[in-house]
Amino acid sequence: MTATGETLPRRTFRVTRGDLVRYAAASGDHNPIHWSDSRAAAVGLPGVIAHGMLSMGLVATAVTDWAGEGASVREYSTRFSRPVLVPDTDEGVTLTVDGKVAELRPDGTMRVDLTVSCGGAKVLARTRALLVPGAVAGT
Amino acid sequence: MNLSYAGRSYPPTEPYEVGREKIREFALAVGSEPGDGRTAPPTFPIVLSMHAEKQVVDDPDFGFDFSRVVHRDQRFESVRPVRSGDRLTVTVEVVAADTVDGNDVVTLRGHIREADGGAPVCTTTSTLVSRGER
Repeated sequence: MTATGETLPRRTFRVTRGDLVRYAAASGDHNPIHWSDSRAAAVGLPGVIAHGMLSMGLVATAVTDWAGEGASVREYSTRFSRPVLVPDTDEGVTLTVDGKVAELRPDGTMRVDLTVSCGGAKVLARTRALLVPGAVAGT
Repeated sequence: MNLSYAGRSYPPTEPYEVGREKIREFALAVGSEPGDGRTAPPTFPIVLSMHAEKQVVDDPDFGFDFSRVVHRDQRFESVRPVRSGDRLTVTVEVVAADTVDGNDVVTLRGHIREADGGAPVCTTTSTLVSRGER
């Protein structure tokens, strides 16, 4: 039985330039700030950054893997508070995802609050998911 | 940017048919197991919404410079997960359009519905900032 305050196992995701190319193809988001250093610099960024939606998608994977088969996400929101710079190296960068159960609601849904950091700095803010557990969702 | 666009909606898109291989490709790209491709990951609806927002990108009267865009906030509200075989339309609404500290800030909402019958599936809300030239 899940309880308020329960923590999710920490998940880490490595993100390389190759992952950005793969996400661009899968999502259709071909904004050049996610693959070209010069185009990123032209809009005042220090270099190529990850798609915010890639970070948000990785965090969703951490949540759904924890919640298990049949659970579904009713609401999910975040603020992209700091860009995730991805150097052109084999190592890339690592996103670290922590979470905890913040609220169990009378209707059976559960709010999970997430903390997402990269290189020690938080990159997403106010990241929350409202889950419908599998047995209830029935989907 | 044309601030009078706040509150405006664009016509619904042509139906998008969700394919299993597209779901599997997207799942892999967000670090998930590709699975059987029947149920899409929670953020998959952004694929449809971003595609639909092309209407806004291509609207010369709006004047929002997407070449300088950074994503600030994102929210999903789902009635149910997107599934393979779904035929979905998106109606894009400009919720807010404002200029703050020299940057254009736009909030777009994508209302994703079943093409047949119009049952709501998901709403995506994206706040985008077009960074002003300094």
